Amino acid sequence: MKVVYSDVLVVGGGLSGLRAAIAATKRGHDAVVLSLVPAKRSHSAAAQGGMQASLAAAFKSRGDNEDVHFADTVKGSDWGCDQDVARMFANTAPKAIRELSTWGVPWSRVRSGDREVVVNAERVTITEPADAHGLITARDFGGTKKWRTCFTADGTGHTMLYAMDNKAIELQIPVHERKEALALIHDGGTCHGAIVRDLVSGELVAYVSKATVIATGGYGRIYAVSTNAIICEGMGAAIALETGVAPLGNMEAVQFHPTAIVPAGILTTEGCRGDGGLLRDVEGHRFMPDYEPEKKELASRDVVSRRMTEHMRKGMGVPSPYGDHLWLDITLLGKAHIDKNLREVKEICQHFLGIDPVNDYIPVRPTQHYSMGGVRTRPTGESPGLRGLFSVGEAACWDMHGFNRLGGNSVAETVVAGMIVGEYVADYCDGAVVDLQTSLIQGFLDRERGRIDGLMARDRGENAWELRDAMERIMMEKVGIFRSQEPLDQAVEELTALHRRSRNLVCRNRVRSANPELEACLRVPRMLKLALCVAKGAQARTESRGAHAREDYPERNDRDWLKRTLARWPTDDDDQPTLEYETLDIMKMELPPGSRGYGKDQTIHHPDTARRVAEIDALSAQQLDRFELQQRLNPIELPERLRGKNERVGIGYE
Amino acid sequence: MSSPRKLKLNVLRYDPRKEGDEPRMVTYELDEAPSMTIFIALNEIRRKQDSSLKFDFVCRAGICGSCGMVINGRPDLACRTLTSQFEDGEITLLPLPAFELIGDLSVDTGKFMRAMSERVESWIHDEEAERRELTVLEEPMDPDTADRIYELDRCIECGCCISACGTARMRPAFLGAAGFMRVARFEADPRDKRTAEGWYDLLGDDDGIFGCMSLMGCEDHCPKDLPHQNRIAYMRRKLVQSR
Repeated sequence: MKVVYSDVLVVGGGLSGLRAAIAATKRGHDAVVLSLVPAKRSHSAAAQGGMQASLAAAFKSRGDNEDVHFADTVKGSDWGCDQDVARMFANTAPKAIRELSTWGVPWSRVRSGDREVVVNAERVTITEPADAHGLITARDFGGTKKWRTCFTADGTGHTMLYAMDNKAIELQIPVHERKEALALIHDGGTCHGAIVRDLVSGELVAYVSKATVIATGGYGRIYAVSTNAIICEGMGAAIALETGVAPLGNMEAVQFHPTAIVPAGILTTEGCRGDGGLLRDVEGHRFMPDYEPEKKELASRDVVSRRMTEHMRKGMGVPSPYGDHLWLDITLLGKAHIDKNLREVKEICQHFLGIDPVNDYIPVRPTQHYSMGGVRTRPTGESPGLRGLFSVGEAACWDMHGFNRLGGNSVAETVVAGMIVGEYVADYCDGAVVDLQTSLIQGFLDRERGRIDGLMARDRGENAWELRDAMERIMMEKVGIFRSQEPLDQAVEELTALHRRSRNLVCRNRVRSANPELEACLRVPRMLKLALCVAKGAQARTESRGAHAREDYPERNDRDWLKRTLARWPTDDDDQPTLEYETLDIMKMELPPGSRGYGKDQTIHHPDTARRVAEIDALSAQQLDRFELQQRLNPIELPERLRGKNERVGIGYE
Repeated sequence: MSSPRKLKLNVLRYDPRKEGDEPRMVTYELDEAPSMTIFIALNEIRRKQDSSLKFDFVCRAGICGSCGMVINGRPDLACRTLTSQFEDGEITLLPLPAFELIGDLSVDTGKFMRAMSERVESWIHDEEAERRELTVLEEPMDPDTADRIYELDRCIECGCCISACGTARMRPAFLGAAGFMRVARFEADPRDKRTAEGWYDLLGDDDGIFGCMSLMGCEDHCPKDLPHQNRIAYMRRKLVQSR
């Protein structure tokens, strides 16, 4: 039995995993990072448009602060997020971006003086203040009150990931590439690491650790068309689910991005619309103001995706061999702006569509993009079901996004959660003693080897890729942007049948070393479990909240549904997950439920909302300063080194 | 509708871990679909014709650098290469040379690039940086300088420049264009306090910038159109002046 020991095992080499590993390493704990691919190829690199942090340096960002960022995040989540976590996040984001600045990210900077920008389809001149010259600038994104999204052209994720991985290399953090965690080693109460398969040699190795951090990103690839990289198959969440004790949170909360190109499903950044781009229909008409007169193209993602779908259902889509789409028009931004700030978008258009967005409209359609759900954690990042198991980034349901994530809050979460959770991981390691029987490790190793033996021994059975195709289609057709009872019932039934069939997979290629078919055979049953968590959670949730839109229950129902779905898979013999719910306590909310300001407000309110509003009004009348008010309304804990107030140009630490 | 065109993909097959396996070319035929890329074609072959076929894709959008391979004789990113651009419908695919072969079209660029990053110490060198308080305003930077650094920071470590490089093929210890570009990126960054002397120690020999024979395969094949020729010439001048 080959065993690798470390204090911290991080599964996933994207931004959040690397940042957590860096935090633990700086505190004196040795960390090993596992990655399916070289770390710099992780899906974090695909984030184009930017990272939200309330630096308030640029002209259109002035007046921003943690409170405004917090409120935007909570509203964006449709009040489904954990407000403690959203607060921890908003207060730490400025520190995370400044840290990345010292680590080498070439953030685009404010240039003082006049500049022309496009706002609501018109060119206007704004004057950037002299005192901000050279500070980090920001662009507009959907669902935000201020221009808060900091960026490097449209390669923000790339520059962040390169700086982060370079920092990890400087600290000599080992990244074990082409390794896949197949199972968590645990005793029902504590996690002790993972059984890992080397994707080149095929060898199974036990990685034993005090703390294990799942940072494997989202599960977008359970859908047939997704903006996600092909490695975003949710395997980290799946192995947590397979422990039977670690719950997944809000798996039905799946975001569809308004502007992925058709047919490839590759993203064009929200920065296109943030910088002034428009959505047009088959007649060339700009339709978003008809639906959302105030925020127009820059309504929150879930809203824009639904409006686009509605508009196409009215016959206003552009027909194509791949189904209807709409147009994204960035021609009004001009060549100079596109060449400088939207060059990845331009390259994607040239290579995959053969068009030049300087002159041509881009064919786009809402497409699966982000997984709000994931491994449920406490604000410390630790699983409530398994000691020593942590999760960060998109893989986690730390829960700062609730039922809809704001653009620019994803890469921001990765680095902020990595900073915060990394400290709590280090705290845990400070106190943890490894006490485990080798028979426990051997048992998990034998189980995983047995699975592989079974796949190789069978003469006849199911084809993993065929089951996968069927799953992807079900998710697209029945668990998509708009949902309702009958298709969801069918989806649960059909996925359950597929999952049963997945117990009888066969791997025709009987090679133990590098073997793509074996990888598929090991992943597909786990993907089906995740798909069932999504579909069953969506079937049970009889309301509409954020990205979860039920046509048969169009209202947000705070009275009955202000709660988080927890999915468990108690034993491997089960055919479906078990759902439980965790109530969100309005009486502890800093921002009680209200209207997001889109369409007609149909909310069924909870009786606590009015009580909490009255409490907050009374407290606000005392004229406390904003920090004290926040501390009274929403007293959060943060690791000590992350507690200070953030400085802003012109106003200091106000 | 007219029937789709038949594509012919000639693929190098070899599994170095399989006893007795020999490198060989295998031809696969498949129907071309509209907007088909090599990414889509290879996946279809793997699903329908040969489940053992090995290749690497991650983002499939031309930004992660995983899928460099030699496509009809030229190193390029397979994911963003449309099959429609090949007039006769025949495409020959080889793994990138100069990297360790994992199998078929899959090579280990990760190990190479990590070693490159360690060798050129691919991080900001500034003793003050770690002591900076994260609560205070960031150091201002000239906006043009930030843009210039980004231009040089766009390398995706795909390895096309290394595979296209005559020197790298002859001299395994040669740093190569990806490494030079990384150095150029930090050299342009005022946050990095390394001096010309320091760069000379990293680059100033035949395995470094003076080993380049100026064949400029890197410039010709970089999928991100990075200014390799310009930066190599610049670094050479700078290092000569530093002596």
